[in-house]
Amino acid sequence: MTTQVEQKIRVLIAKPGLDGHDRGAKVIARAFRDAGMEVIYTGLRQTPEMIASAAIQEDVDAIGLSCLSGAHMYLFPKVIELLRERGADDIVVFGGGTIPDEDIQKLKAAGIAAVFTPGATTGEAIKFVKENIRKKSL
Amino acid sequence: MHEKRDIKRIEQEKERWEAETLKPTLKNAPERAERFTSVSMAPVERLYTPADLPHWDFMKDLGFPGEYPYTRGVHPTMYRAKLWTMRMFAGYGTAVETNRRFKYLLQQGQMGLSTAFDLPTLMGYDSDHPFSAGEVGKCGVAIDSLADMEVLFDGIPLGEVTTSMTITSPASVLWAMYIAVCEKQGVPYHRMGGTIQNDILKEYIAQKEYIYPIEPSVRLVTDTVLFGAHHLPRWNTISISGYHIREAGATALQELAFTLADGMLYVEEAIKAGLEVDAFAPRLSFFFDCHNDLFEEVAKFRAARRLWARIMREKFGAKDPRSWVLRTHAQTAGVALTAQQPHNNIARVAIQALAGVLGGTQSLHTNAMDEAMALPTEGAATIALRTQQIIAYESGVTNTVDPLAGSYYVEALTNQMEEGAWEYFRRIKDLGGMIRAIEKGFPQREIADSAYAYQQAIEREDRIIVGVNRFTEKEEHQIPLLSIDRAAEGRQIDRLRELRRSRDKDLVMRSLDTLRQAAVGKDPWGKDLLMPKILDAVRAYATQGEIMDVFREVWGEYTEPIII
Repeated sequence: MTTQVEQKIRVLIAKPGLDGHDRGAKVIARAFRDAGMEVIYTGLRQTPEMIASAAIQEDVDAIGLSCLSGAHMYLFPKVIELLRERGADDIVVFGGGTIPDEDIQKLKAAGIAAVFTPGATTGEAIKFVKENIRKKSL
Repeated sequence: MHEKRDIKRIEQEKERWEAETLKPTLKNAPERAERFTSVSMAPVERLYTPADLPHWDFMKDLGFPGEYPYTRGVHPTMYRAKLWTMRMFAGYGTAVETNRRFKYLLQQGQMGLSTAFDLPTLMGYDSDHPFSAGEVGKCGVAIDSLADMEVLFDGIPLGEVTTSMTITSPASVLWAMYIAVCEKQGVPYHRMGGTIQNDILKEYIAQKEYIYPIEPSVRLVTDTVLFGAHHLPRWNTISISGYHIREAGATALQELAFTLADGMLYVEEAIKAGLEVDAFAPRLSFFFDCHNDLFEEVAKFRAARRLWARIMREKFGAKDPRSWVLRTHAQTAGVALTAQQPHNNIARVAIQALAGVLGGTQSLHTNAMDEAMALPTEGAATIALRTQQIIAYESGVTNTVDPLAGSYYVEALTNQMEEGAWEYFRRIKDLGGMIRAIEKGFPQREIADSAYAYQQAIEREDRIIVGVNRFTEKEEHQIPLLSIDRAAEGRQIDRLRELRRSRDKDLVMRSLDTLRQAAVGKDPWGKDLLMPKILDAVRAYATQGEIMDVFREVWGEYTEPIII
């Protein structure tokens, strides 16, 4: 990928697993859009396979995963694994939800670039994506 | 309550006060903000007086507790006679672990059980379904069949406790399993007491644990209402829920309005199915959220009771006073908990719980301080239960009925809530009723807009959240958290496979075939209810996934309009 200063950042916001709590995902999607990004929202009940395929097909720069059911330790690393298998590990993956600190460390070790928990602002997430995408493009 | 000329005089005096006393004060000490708003972003005035209640009528709008319109509460003596039921929601891992937690909670003085199910159970999948991978036992207990339900309530006398089950799409199946366990314990139908959530409309609106298209789902709900009306007189067949609507981002008013609009639809459907309104309305119960804004929440509960009483008596012509009464469960706002400085959540929960009690709730769950991160530990859940006990036994708020009545502010807020709800009912009616409104995404869009506005207010620091956007600390506080081992999933799947091997397969197949034929039937309200057939399938140890799959084949699945 070349430097694309003028191009909009493309982000896939995804809800993996059976969890239907979509307040956070929708707020993030809207905030990213208002911050000038191109946002694709998958809707609910996506398998890791569906998310990885959508991300590759849509040629996104980042994926935001939202999970409030406690299944993040299974679902998040699975998405990373599938992206790696398909050579798409340049996509930055971050997550959010009800996630204990202990799991955050493990998720980061598995390749999740950042995890946002209840109380995190959309501003932090926007800043994170902008900074990490820029690094990638350079 | 006040004569017109009294109000006129008060208005004049207020103007005088503003000129003589307020104005010089504001010059020296301006207020902290230009405008003050509630948690729901509704404007709040500096001062309320009788002039804010111009048409307010003591007998018509307030009356006496235990009487129409029940603004002051559903019982004449409220908590002087009987405290609310302290009902803590619990469930994780397999039935064995949750059975142990249930027994612990009962020993600690909890008065009724409340069951949390895991997502595969909530979504009608068995634990060994591919979609269940990673989710088994995570956010609640995994129940695949009657065999699990027998373990879940083992050693708990179901004729003596009441049990609430937070289950909606597969509510009929889990209820049938509970009834089958009661049968085995020898508890007669008329003694079984409890609640199934069973409010499917709020799933399409907010929580999104729907499976089938709206109309067949509502049919399934109505089927349980009919079955309950005929056989289980002490069972609450629907817990019409605002909680999830609020948690998804709704304001207090939107929570109130959409919940009661859902309630009206269930009443209409049961009447269409041939029931007299008074035959089932007393078994409808409600479930509301308690957020941080104490007075707004109290007003919401009071307005809810007054509205429902008016709706049931005036719109539906109910004659039995029990049909007019809005009985409710309440839960503190999970969404108000913060992962930052988690101990602060204890204080938040205390205020929210107080709102529920001052609002006159019949039962209450208090969230634990660690629930922004995980399911609660036993220790954190105990503090949450103790919070209720402190309100009940130490605060004194239980000594008198509806202690905030007559507050100009609370009565004005109660009126505003009621008026705002009627306005929403009109808009929903204009859209063609609640089902059409949901299909058009109306409540979903209203909620998403409120959620976004609320988040923006926090980020602009118009709204302060202690420990999040003010009074933050560099060092994060670590508290012990509950972790659910992945091994529970394996154990549950082994158990399920063993069950599939050992049960009478022909009996299972026959019971599912009978159910399929009944589901296909075009005239659901003949003598052929689905519930007895679901019960037969459950007794044969058909799994909940197998039963739900029968309906999936017949009715298909729902796809929601995506609204950001």
